[in-house]
Amino acid sequence: MTNVQKLDRREFVKLGAAAGGGLLLGVSFPGSARADALGILTPDGAEVFHPNAFIRLDTDGSLTIWCGKADMGQGVRTSLPMIVADEMDADWSRVTSVQADAHPSKYGRQMTVGSSSVRGGGWMGLRQAGAAAREMLVAAGAAALAVPRSELRTESGSVIHERSGRSLGYGELASAAAELPVPESPRLKSPDQFTLIGTPVPQVDSTPKVTGEATFGIDVRVPGMLFATVAKPMILGGSLERMDEAAARAVPGVRHVVRISSGVAVVADNTWAAFEGANALECQWTGDFTMSSLDITRHNERLLESAGAIAREEGNAGAALAAAAETVEATYEVPYLAHATMEPMNCTAHVQADRCELWAPTQNPQGAQSTAARLTGLPIESVTAHVTYLGCGWGRRSRPDFVEDAVETAMAVGGPVQVVWSREEDMRNDQYRPASMIRFRGAVAGGRLGAFSARVAGPPLGVTDGGGRGGGGVDRNAVDGVVSMTYTIPNLLVDYSRSNVQVPTGYWRSVGPSGNTFMVESFIDELALAAGVDPLEFRLQMLGDHPRMKHVLEVVADMADWGGSVPAGRGRGIGIVEDKGGIVAQIAEVSVDEGEVRVHRVWCAADCGQIIHPGIVDAQLTGSIVTGLTMALYGEITIENGRVVQSNFHDYQMLRMRGMPRVAVHVVDSREDPGGVGEPAVPAIAPAVTNAVFALTGERIRKLPIRLSQEAASGR
Amino acid sequence: MPTYAIRVNGERHQVEAPAEMPLLWVLRDLIGLTGTKYGCGRSQCGACTVQLDGSPVRSCGLRISRVGDRSITTIEGVSVGGLNAVQRAWVAAEVPQCGYCQPGQVMAATALLTENPNPTDADIDEAMSGNICRCGTYQRIRQAIHTAAEEG
Ligand code: FES
Ligand code: FES
Repeated sequence: MTNVQKLDRREFVKLGAAAGGGLLLGVSFPGSARADALGILTPDGAEVFHPNAFIRLDTDGSLTIWCGKADMGQGVRTSLPMIVADEMDADWSRVTSVQADAHPSKYGRQMTVGSSSVRGGGWMGLRQAGAAAREMLVAAGAAALAVPRSELRTESGSVIHERSGRSLGYGELASAAAELPVPESPRLKSPDQFTLIGTPVPQVDSTPKVTGEATFGIDVRVPGMLFATVAKPMILGGSLERMDEAAARAVPGVRHVVRISSGVAVVADNTWAAFEGANALECQWTGDFTMSSLDITRHNERLLESAGAIAREEGNAGAALAAAAETVEATYEVPYLAHATMEPMNCTAHVQADRCELWAPTQNPQGAQSTAARLTGLPIESVTAHVTYLGCGWGRRSRPDFVEDAVETAMAVGGPVQVVWSREEDMRNDQYRPASMIRFRGAVAGGRLGAFSARVAGPPLGVTDGGGRGGGGVDRNAVDGVVSMTYTIPNLLVDYSRSNVQVPTGYWRSVGPSGNTFMVESFIDELALAAGVDPLEFRLQMLGDHPRMKHVLEVVADMADWGGSVPAGRGRGIGIVEDKGGIVAQIAEVSVDEGEVRVHRVWCAADCGQIIHPGIVDAQLTGSIVTGLTMALYGEITIENGRVVQSNFHDYQMLRMRGMPRVAVHVVDSREDPGGVGEPAVPAIAPAVTNAVFALTGERIRKLPIRLSQEAASGR
Repeated sequence: MPTYAIRVNGERHQVEAPAEMPLLWVLRDLIGLTGTKYGCGRSQCGACTVQLDGSPVRSCGLRISRVGDRSITTIEGVSVGGLNAVQRAWVAAEVPQCGYCQPGQVMAATALLTENPNPTDADIDEAMSGNICRCGTYQRIRQAIHTAAEEG
């Protein structure tokens, strides 16, 4: 449908000249259809190629870099342009970072999930874009100064000829550069040549985020717009049977009550009237889902009784366990979790006969755009989807259900509408982090782990590999964190039993490992105890094949002086994970205070490969620790008779300032390709805490959130 | 519908609203000051924090009829001509992640420092624990409050 063509040199020149004197450049990234070619974009945005970066250099030297990913606190509007600007040797003070609208192809994959904004193809593509622009500017400079390219260097937005003391600013060269061919494979810097990457340049959006000027989805204001909310089925997977809307219509300010696919939209002059209207609606919901949390636990327990599909197998764990003199066995469990993004789901839509405009706080801009196209029947190019700031993402905003609500409501009322879910609607209509269980068995001998098995029971989540013993195949996300365990164990078996409980599930920050790593790393501690080996030593022994992990573990042990003295009344525990390209080890120090676990200190060491912005990395790791602690101490969504029990922050609690431990973060210096930063520090903090609780109280926590027995709570 | 005259950031506004309408929605949807955020609607999260005669209040829990002639300060009016000391410290420490809770955090911290120019960690725990930050920026918030206190 879109007009894709590889540009030859002549076409490029023509389009370059059309760019109004400036240089416009886009670039594809490895793995895309046009792996290593470069192209440009016409100024009106008509697409001629599939780039994932879009650079505009104006003749006054100002540089605009579009950010195709969505910002949810991970700082992409700063870090992605930094990568381009560094390779380009641009003057950072002249860079403007612009949030890109959704586009089917222009910016590559815009889905912002899996800690993938930098790592993977993005990093190389952005570097190539910057490097290509730089080479073109050098070539233009060589022509202008009539010197060979080899005598030129670039620095901070200028091409410099040292010998003659002459230099030209990038702006002065922009038009000439636009006439030149785009280099096929520009030379990239070596890491020691980076000037911006790895430095704490001021983030572009700190100021608007402290003045209230940053526009989140909920802050969008369109002339003439109405405000709406959606009453949704109380029963998971349920539907509307009957409603009486008279009372809702009687609420002052309510204008429309309309049925949409997901429930009943109440449209009003302001959000509060819409909320009041929705509360006044009398709806009868029906649904056949009647399970409660206890039934779901029973269901998963039954699944643990028989063998599942094999997810990973080395040696012969069955035989080794059968032959072992003694085995350690334990069953672990984690509950459903809500995302509870700080900004509830919302979207603003304006649907007209020939076009649709959206303002969406989405991690999935292309999904928002295609959803609107599908619902309105408009061609995709007639749908403009603006990406606002996101008040947290957590994976929740990768689904377009809130976009559907806005588009359907806007179509029904014939004008611009903002749909905002109340906190209660948001919490009860989530796609929850799955509840799951693992039954472990292990055998230690001579201080070493000889055999290990883990049977995972839980719902599938996304990618399922077909086939396999036990039927139904292995769901990769459901076993992630177990299968990806890096310990060298001679006999190892992981199998998976699919649970088909009807609770909607979705990606939740760090996904599989969020629960699985808690279970694995706690059980590893149980095995260390059985082996009579220090938990740190026990892990180090099994990481011989993973020097980076071993190093991170040693660093964190050093930071905390593991093995040294621990203050009276405190206990310490350790945990480690490799997740989404990042390696993170944590040590937690806890006490039990008035019957509750209190976390005082956390030491965190990480290897995330080459880092782009140290301040962002530190913030993401520290923030992830808060996420993990919230999950460990409080996180639980319970189901009763097919309904979600929790509704707001009073019964779905968050870690607050008074519960915040002192956190020390150390990121090891690394020249490896960038790994993930936004998620890998989530999974291992819960087991670090529960292992610390064990060290202090002798009580093994096998189920989250942590609930101490009376003995442990009272200090025995 | 009753009409209320309220003072927001030094300006007078006439608003027509039901008596029970929370100040939060008056600010956001009637006056158009969207810096104050909705997070929970039941005084649990602090995203909607504004100041009433200098004291922090949850605007989602305050009906318009109860505001009277007290002066309301929102994030848009908390500093005049540039950033205030708290905001400067916030930017210097790069506190915000997603940023959604930050207007409420800044309003709470500014009120704290006005009342107590030299807060201890325990004072900060006390004053700031009503403000949830889902991104987990607490450590930098604490640090930034101390910085702002030092700079006075
Ligand atoms: S919105 Fe007012 S405290 Fe949460
Ligand atoms: S910065 Fe995102 S909720 Fe606080």
